[in-house]
Parts: sequence; structure tokens; C-alpha cells
Amino acid sequence: MTTMAEERAARYSKRRGVPRLVWPLAALGVILLFNFFFTPEFFRVTMRDGRLFGNVIDILRNGVPVTLVSIGMTLVIATGGVDLSVGAVMALAGTLAAVLIGLHHWGAAAGISAALGLALVCGVWNGFLVAYLGIQPIVATLVLMVSGRGIAQLLSGGQIVDVINPGFDYLTKGAILGMPFAVYLMAACFIVVAVMTRKTALGLFIESVGNNPLASRYAGINERGVKMVAYIVAGVCSGLAGMHVASEIQAADANNAGLYLELDAILAVLIGGTSLSGGRFSLIGSVVGAMIIQTTRTMILNKGIAVESTMIVKAVIILVIAIFQAEKFRTLLGRMLKRGRA
Amino acid sequence: MGEKPLLEMRGIRKVYPGVRALDGVDFLVRVGEVHALLGENGAGKSTLIKVMTGATRRDGGEILLAGKEIWPGSTKEAQEAGISTVYQEINLVPTLSVAENLFLGREPRRLGMIRWGQVKKRARAALERLNIKIDVNRDLGEYSIAIQQMVAIARAVDIKAKLLILDEPTSSLDAGEVEQLFGLMRKLKGEGLGIVFVTHFLDQVYAVSDRITVLRNGKLVGEYETAKLGRMDLVGKMMGRELAELEYGKSEARVEKKGQALVVARGIAKRGSIEPIALELSAGEVVGLAGLLGSGRTEVAKLLFGIDRADRGEVRVEGKAVKLRGPREAIRLGFAFVPEDRKTQSIIPELTIRENIILAMQASRGWVRAYSRATQEKLAEKYIAALQIATPDGEQAVKNLSGGNQQKVILARWLASQPRVLILDEPTRGIDVGAKAEIQKLVLSLCSEGMAILFISSELEEVVRVSDRVAVLRDRRKVGELSGADVTEQAVMRTIASEGGA
Repeated sequence: MTTMAEERAARYSKRRGVPRLVWPLAALGVILLFNFFFTPEFFRVTMRDGRLFGNVIDILRNGVPVTLVSIGMTLVIATGGVDLSVGAVMALAGTLAAVLIGLHHWGAAAGISAALGLALVCGVWNGFLVAYLGIQPIVATLVLMVSGRGIAQLLSGGQIVDVINPGFDYLTKGAILGMPFAVYLMAACFIVVAVMTRKTALGLFIESVGNNPLASRYAGINERGVKMVAYIVAGVCSGLAGMHVASEIQAADANNAGLYLELDAILAVLIGGTSLSGGRFSLIGSVVGAMIIQTTRTMILNKGIAVESTMIVKAVIILVIAIFQAEKFRTLLGRMLKRGRA
Repeated sequence: MGEKPLLEMRGIRKVYPGVRALDGVDFLVRVGEVHALLGENGAGKSTLIKVMTGATRRDGGEILLAGKEIWPGSTKEAQEAGISTVYQEINLVPTLSVAENLFLGREPRRLGMIRWGQVKKRARAALERLNIKIDVNRDLGEYSIAIQQMVAIARAVDIKAKLLILDEPTSSLDAGEVEQLFGLMRKLKGEGLGIVFVTHFLDQVYAVSDRITVLRNGKLVGEYETAKLGRMDLVGKMMGRELAELEYGKSEARVEKKGQALVVARGIAKRGSIEPIALELSAGEVVGLAGLLGSGRTEVAKLLFGIDRADRGEVRVEGKAVKLRGPREAIRLGFAFVPEDRKTQSIIPELTIRENIILAMQASRGWVRAYSRATQEKLAEKYIAALQIATPDGEQAVKNLSGGNQQKVILARWLASQPRVLILDEPTRGIDVGAKAEIQKLVLSLCSEGMAILFISSELEEVVRVSDRVAVLRDRRKVGELSGADVTEQAVMRTIASEGGA
């Protein structure tokens, strides 16, 4: 027997469940609208030498690393974990690529493949610690977060290694039909991960494991394998992001590449509507979240405000999201809305 | 055994939204007695204890401690009045020393400084008095659970407790440790303490208690002297079945079902969980597992589904020895398991009904080849109709369903995986009468279609109704097996109550 209350609850959740993307999109809209009015020529895009230039294009291109990392981070967070090592993995992969291509004169493709392979191994390591040794994700990934940059420095001999290679440069300087190549790379990565999770049962398993790991195990899901895959995807995505950063500055900087990017990525995932407690996830939400972060950063730079205040803006965003995700606040908001309607 | 009343509770009432947890319960503990408080799940034992320890306030009735009315509003107030509790989960700090634990929060001080010399001296004295010989300087966590429990008791006694409540103190102790604890209880009783003893082990009730109070469905069944109450009567009172009531034959003779044994378990056991047990499950047969709470029913199910690994014995499926290393192996062999705790062990609350239903079959197919959305929807619709799951469609989150409907979703999940052996652990607990009957009917029809079913329930009436054979457990071992016309509530109760066991 279904009671009235149950039916109402079911209908309510359905109404609320579908447009989950509305909040992050609305936030992005507000920020863009603000810029439309207060940043001169924010939306102006010009064509020079067969390439597009403009604020919006810059945001897309500069937002590639944080978006790539956020895509991987989404899966990890959905399993109920977190990966703090993504920034260090970026530095590590970038350094290996720079050493192989810059110092040992490997081809760009070979160097990049080797670096991505290393990023994958990093993912396996994290996955092993979390899924098979049962170490808490924060602690497990902290290991690589701390040691990753150290290993990178060993690889580079403590120097900043320059890479001058047209193939490697193409990652950030190339363009197809006017659009930067990196944007295509980001889109491809998104599509691959989206297909991998949503066209197979992997997404379902990840959500199931994140929502109730014990029940998932009892239902026959290989919850260790599922977690392992999530950390591997996060590793490879970070590796790609590391390639972007190294290509951009034509060098590998073991100390600064991807510094604090793990925090931006976590923030992007949260803005996108994936809960830190795991379960349901939204890849597109995380991409929108990453774009919000990048737009905010660009906006602050354009306004000539001190870069440091980016941190304060981010803090405000985190606070607002945390409040909106809190059960108590939602109940309160629901009650207020109801009273307003009555 | 004293006769002077120590704690008198009269007409205690406690109402939770929609439930009368306690309905006019009387409870009397005398000076110098061990009083067993018994009842099945939901009888009201824990609520009664919460009321006397101040963890919750009573809605009616009176409590007199040594003749004075008390209104404990918190466990601290109750403690100050002289009522101390030692829980199954010990609430001491394992990383502090034994002495520190004994005097935590009430350290002897001089000028605001703790007098450590005094703490140790008094700790040693307190333990010596109870014949507990341990080093008070070592961390509490270094000692066994049994010793930790005794330290907790020593602490309670030192706080000048008049009434000591032991809430399932023996559930994680081995036989020797239990004997040690009983020795301590007898000593304290001799010193005039009243002890309330909550346990699921009948043998222990008879070993140590002087009187027994039985609760059922929030009501007092009665107070009895242990020596004068037979085991059979006790089991009957706990389960709410009088013997006379059952003195009639089975209305219909069970059809003898013959199938080769599909699953044969021989001597499977796990230390500290279940003693070696033998069990056979055949196609087209429902085997019931009966026994009181804590008798090892769920533990057997967990061994068969590979959640716990047996440390001895073997399981054969269709004659072939198999290793049950985990749920995935068990599922591959055709097992399915509906666990006891829906919330933590079976539902995935955020996912939809459809996703919850297809989960097990998708898991055994692997992640690469997802069932198409159309297939999933068809399956969901099929089971929503077949099991009459009350929902507008399969796209509702399972957390929004009622308990009974959630349970049907879990049943659907396993039926969709087309198992040969279905293990049901308390499949009807906490769901309404209508859904209960539907699930029982479903079990019988699945069985007639050739499934082998292991049916676990604490409701005797239900076990007897659906089972062809019943294996009876007590104190973590099998004490008997009934089949055919012998499957009656009376026989099951007699087996539970029997001394020694088969």
C-alpha cells in the first residue's frame, strides 16, 4: 500500500531530481551575465591568422587542466573517495615527458605515451591502497601527493627541464578550425569517460558502491575493482592535464605544475552536484563547475583585482555550496518556500 | 537471595510515535539477586533499560530505588542515584591506562592537581576486592574484552552502584571468560548488589540468575523464579505461545518432496560465530532456520553466501566441493541472499527501483555489457507488477518506498538473477501484515517452481508455515532438525528448550 505521503515524496524527489544541472548552470549564467555588463568586450571573439581570440576562448583553453582533473575526480568522489594526488601526478607526468622529449630526444608521441603510462601506474597505486589495503582515501592519496613532486624532482635532477618540440607544443598552441587543439582534447576525454561510464554498467556500479558499499558487495559487485577503475581514470586524466601544463610553458616545473589543483577539482565536482559522500555523479556538472572556477579566475585577473582575492571568492563559493547541500538548510528552505506559497 | 526490594518499577509506560514501546510494565529487582530480563526483538527490554538508566524519560509509571522515587533525566543522574550500566560495547577509553579508566572524570584531586599516587592505589584496591589481577598501569586496550568488561564493572561498583545493569555482556566472550564473569556476578550479589542481566543465551540464564522477568510486545508477561520455570515454559512465554494452544495436529499433511540435495554443507563453522553445522538444501524445498536471537541463524547464512569464510567443513553444490570465497563466487554458483538489515545491507537508497532490481544480474554479467535501457525497464515493470510494488513507476528512488516495498525490490533483484538457492534472512521483519503474507506466498510458489530456499525468521509461526524442514539452532549450534509432520511450533520450541541438545 502506498500512502499519500509516500506518493507525494516520490513525486517531489522526481521533480527535484531531473534538473540537477540547473544550479551550476545558473551560477555560470550569473557570472557570465555579470561580465557581460561589467567587463568590456568580454564576449568579443576575433579571428586572426585562422585562430579565434577572445576572453571566452581563453577561458576554455586555460580551463582545460582543471576540467580534465575534475572529470577523473568525479568518478573517485562518486565511489565515496577523494584523490589528493592529482596535482602531484600532473607534475610527475609532465616532468617525465619533458625529460624524455627534452633531454633524451624521444618523439612527442612516445614521450607522451610513457608519461600517461606513468600516470596510469599512479592511479593503480592509489586504487591499490584504497581498494585492496582499505586505507582511507585521504590518507592513501596523501602519500603520492607528498612524494609525487619529490620523485619528479629526482627525475629532473632538481632543474626546470625545457622541452622544445613542435609536436609537444601543438598540445597547447595548435588549433583546428580556429579552436585550440586542447579544447578538442578536453572534449574527447569527456566523451570517452562519459561513454565508458554511461554506455556500460560502470557508472551504475560506481554510484552503487559510493551509495552503499556493503549492499553493493552483497549484490555481487566487485567493489574493489570499481574503485580501482575510478582511481586509474583519475590518474590518466591528471597525466593529460600535466601534458597540457608542460606544453604551455615548454618546460616541466616539478614544484609548481598543478599546485593546489586538487582543491579546484574537488570544488568543481561539488559545484557540479556530486556529493562528497559518494553516490550519484554528474560528469557534465563537473565540467560546468570547472568552467565556473576558470571564469571566476579570468574575471578577477581582467578586473585587475589582486590574484590573492581569487581565494576569497572561492571560499565564498564553497561556503554557499556547503550550505545548500546541508540537509538542515534544505528542509528550512523547503519550509520557507511552502509558507511563501500558502 | 534477598527479598528486600531494591528497584521497583510500576506501570512504566513509554510511547514512541506510533509505537507503544512499554505498556504498563512492572519490574522488581531485590537486594542481592541476579535478575534476568528476557524477551525477543521488540519486546521492550532495551526501552525498559533506557528508562531505568535515564537514557530516556518515562511517559508514565513510577520508579522507586531503595524506597525513594527517582526521575533519572540522564545516565549521569541515574549513576549518582546508584544505577550503573555496563554495555556490550564498552564505553571506556582503550588508550588510557586501567587506573585512569577507573577514575575517569572523578579523579582524586588536591589543589586542582590529580593525585596519581592515590589513583593507582585506589585502582589496585578496587580490582583486588573483585579478584581481578591485572596491572593498572597498562593501557586498557591491551586486555581482552572480558577483562575490559570487568574493569567497567569494577568502575561501576566503585561508584557505589546499588544496581548494576549488564546488557548482553557475554555475547563476545568465550566459555571460560563467561564463567569468570559469572563468578564476579555471584560475588557482587553476595555483597548485596542487585544485578539486571540481559542475554540471549538461555543456558546462561539458568546458570546465573535467580529470577526472570519476561517482556513481549512492550507488555509484561510475568516474573518467575528461575528454579521453578522450565525451559519449555520460558521459551513459550518469550515467543507468546502457550503449549495448550498448540496441542492440535497440522491441518494438512505436507507433501513429501523428493529432490536430490542441491547444497550439502558438512561441519562448516567459524570460530566465535557458529559451531560446526550440517545442512542440506534441495530443489523444491523450504528449509527453515529457527532459534532465538543470537542463536547463530544469520551466521549460517553468511557462511553459505561466502560473506564470512568458514574455517572448517565443506560445502558441496550438486556433489562438487566448492569454495565460497565471497558473495560473487556464491552468486556464480546460483546462490542469492536477502540479508536481515535492509538499510545497511541491501538497498542502494539513492538509486531507482529499476537500478536496484537489475543490480545483481548486471553484476554477474560484468560491467562491460550493460543491459539495454529497454530490457531494464521491461524487467522492472515485470517485477513491479508481479510483486505488487506500490510505486508509480520504476524511476523512483528506492529510499522513498516503504519498508515492505523496499523488501520486494530486493526480492525482485534476486529473482531477476534467477538463483537456484535463495537464502532469506528475516525477509518479513518490520513490514506490514499484508506485505508479509505476500512474501510468504511468494516463497511457497518459488519453491514449487523448483528453487531451494533457506528461510530464517524469528517468528516461529512463520517458519513453521512455510518450511518443509526446520533446523533448530541454540547458542550457536544446531540442536535438532524436524521434518514432515514434526514441523510444529511446539516441537520447535521443545527443541530450543531441550537441555544439552542433540
